[in-house]
Amino acid sequence: MAGYILRRLLQAIPVFIGTTFLIYFMVFALPGDPIIALFGDKTPNPAIVAQLRAQYHLDQPFIVQYLIYMGGIFRGDFGISFSGQPVTEILARTFPVTLRLAVIALLIETIAGILVGMIAGLRKGKIFDGTTLAVSLILISLPVFVIAFVAQFVFGVQLGWARTTVGTGAPTQDLILPAFVLASISFAQIVRLTRSSVIETSGLDFVRTAYSKGLGRRRIVPVHILRNSLIPVVTYLATDFGVLLVGATVTEGIFNVPGVGNTLYQAIIRGEGPTVVSFVTVMVLIYLLVNLAVDLLYGLLDPRIRYVK
Amino acid sequence: MKIRRYGVSFAALAVASALVLTGCSGGGASTPATNANTTAIITTNGSEPQNPLIPTNTNETGGGKITDNIFAGLVYYDEKGAPVNDMADSIETTDSTTFTIKIKPNEKFTNGEAVTADSFINAWQYGALLSNKQLNSYFFADIEGYSEDADSPLTGLTKVDDLTFTVKLKAPAADFPLRLGYTAFMPLPSVALTDVAAFGENPIGNGPYKLASTGAWQHNVQIDLVVNPDYTGGRKPQNGGLTIKFYASADAQYADLQSNAVDVIDQIPDSAYSTYQSDLGDRAVNQPAAVFQSFTIPGRLPHFSGEEGQLRRQAISEAIDRDTITKVIFEGTRTAASDFTSPVIDGWSDSIEGSDVLKYNADDAKKLWAQADAISPWSGTFQIAYNADGGHQGWVDAVANNLKNNLGIDASGAPSPTFAQVRTAITDRTIQTAFRTGWQADYPGLFNFLGPIYATGAGSNDGDYSNPDFDALLAKGSSETDASAANKDFQDAQSILFKDLPAIPLWYSNVTGGYGTSVSNVHFGWNSVPLYYEITKG
Repeated sequence: MAGYILRRLLQAIPVFIGTTFLIYFMVFALPGDPIIALFGDKTPNPAIVAQLRAQYHLDQPFIVQYLIYMGGIFRGDFGISFSGQPVTEILARTFPVTLRLAVIALLIETIAGILVGMIAGLRKGKIFDGTTLAVSLILISLPVFVIAFVAQFVFGVQLGWARTTVGTGAPTQDLILPAFVLASISFAQIVRLTRSSVIETSGLDFVRTAYSKGLGRRRIVPVHILRNSLIPVVTYLATDFGVLLVGATVTEGIFNVPGVGNTLYQAIIRGEGPTVVSFVTVMVLIYLLVNLAVDLLYGLLDPRIRYVK
Repeated sequence: MKIRRYGVSFAALAVASALVLTGCSGGGASTPATNANTTAIITTNGSEPQNPLIPTNTNETGGGKITDNIFAGLVYYDEKGAPVNDMADSIETTDSTTFTIKIKPNEKFTNGEAVTADSFINAWQYGALLSNKQLNSYFFADIEGYSEDADSPLTGLTKVDDLTFTVKLKAPAADFPLRLGYTAFMPLPSVALTDVAAFGENPIGNGPYKLASTGAWQHNVQIDLVVNPDYTGGRKPQNGGLTIKFYASADAQYADLQSNAVDVIDQIPDSAYSTYQSDLGDRAVNQPAAVFQSFTIPGRLPHFSGEEGQLRRQAISEAIDRDTITKVIFEGTRTAASDFTSPVIDGWSDSIEGSDVLKYNADDAKKLWAQADAISPWSGTFQIAYNADGGHQGWVDAVANNLKNNLGIDASGAPSPTFAQVRTAITDRTIQTAFRTGWQADYPGLFNFLGPIYATGAGSNDGDYSNPDFDALLAKGSSETDASAANKDFQDAQSILFKDLPAIPLWYSNVTGGYGTSVSNVHFGWNSVPLYYEITKG
């Protein structure tokens, strides 16, 4: 087990180098000069542009820029944004907010999704099952910004139950509404995954055996059926956690969450290489770790899966 | 004004037009409302400043909204854009070249340091020096000693005594005192220049407001300003402070306004263009602003120089139905242009000789185009380049359709993915089409809309336009000592532009905004920013 974990962590090193290289290259290849854009519709003084380009190493060839950046990373220096803040500070400020948002959303979709999916699966073909299928289909079809705007207008503006945007310090109660919005689509996916998985597992031999041994439903459903149905769901949740950390740009924008998605979006628009690459690098690391955690979880859920050295 | 990208409308303005921030807030002192709560904090929208809060390095609205409220320059602008002395006691000149500036005694920064001639001289020297890489350095270009390609001190600045200094310009500029309200000309305390980076994070100013505490700038969240009790100028706040919340999208701030989570906003998302006036009633704001939109046709394009070029440019201008486009596409949040400046600027006129060329006249357009074809037949496609991240597609397509239908030529938009890409192509002159251009005034004067853009060799003369008669009229206007005589010269200069049409004027952007039920006395300044110090709450 320990050997397996070590090997996985070592594998992360080339992935890390490869992704930073790719991302850096992509930012580098973005058309247009971000320094010229800093001046807006005014045409800048070429001498100042040249000096600013030198300050951000933008006058160097790509590979030199990349090596300077990587050299900095190993000294804990992730570069400086155009507004003069160290990127490490920006990371430290935004990731906790997005992480809290992601965790709340994940909790909502996991608890609600598995519960509803399980009940629907156990009552296949009944009214509850049909309704669940219909509702989840609707949720899946709706783009997230539609759900976000509607939720913001109804609960924020009209009913006044929640704040329309996230307030200072991003208090957790302000994050609940955006978390529900983020969770809504994944919730529908989890319901469907759990339902079909539960239906499939319910028909397997070992479940019939358990019934014939005289075990009660209270024991069979959680221990035999649910546990064995969760592997696809856990896989999905892990990917989804990554997506929540990375892809909440739209929702964060609508609710004005000072998180990763928002900040990264602005940085891409401005062509701030160090900010973009550092954010994506941290995202890649998180993704790698989450995936490792999931693979380890498989072993706990299904004893047939064993990790050998 | 710059980069708030999300919503389309403002993105249009922000990205598009004007990465340039506009001058100060201003306005005469108002009488305090009787029931006003002078401790109430006003909340408003803003965006994360893109640069440290150094006035000479702040060229976008996100930072400008803050620096204009925490610093006080020699003058500020009132609601109509007229300059009012702020730190200045007097600004005098006899030849529009040398200015003697006296500063009011007993003014101080919030750290107790006195505002003196040195506070201005040192700040300006810092801002102008090439190696300091300040985004606003070109504002000092007219002062003697300025160099744009070598470090060179401003020799035109001379200290007379603690409260007096003189400014000597390279050439007469009658509107120089008018420029002094712009952010770039703010004074700095001496501590600023010992550690600029730290100062940019926690600036110390002399304006109507100050930072509530060290670290009041919470990045990407908000900045908290409180009243500066030491400020004695005409912008005395009628409230207890100002909290500027940074929004990532115009939609979010509009939702906050509707739920009373923010008091005043100066940008309506275009998703609400058709509804906000009925949503907000008389709390909605929609008035012309000092923002001029156009597209530029560089003279180097084939068929667009000489007499043929003049005819084609006039034909294109007359083929565009500005009234319909502003009404249908912009829901009345733009005002069709009738000159090259803006209606909020003193000296603006909608009846300058030659301005008929901005009136929609499809028949005449067709005739002019045919005359140009007689000189040299047209071939190819007429394209207008724009950045696709700025919400321009709607109007560009509409203009292209106008040209197609009225001139019978092939016309289309040429989108580029990002603002940076378009600006780079424009700056290095590789662009081979017409392109979208916008200008947001830095200070409320006609010259600011003309000199920097159309004068021969001017900094933002992206179309490389050059006409000696035009240059001569600008110089004449700049050396006048009488403002109305100067404005007359600038109007005459525009008559030449109407013949040559280096850029095709389209419309003026309006400021769209609104405010909540708990605040009153909300007025927007000439530069589209609310006069926060006048606002009362409760």
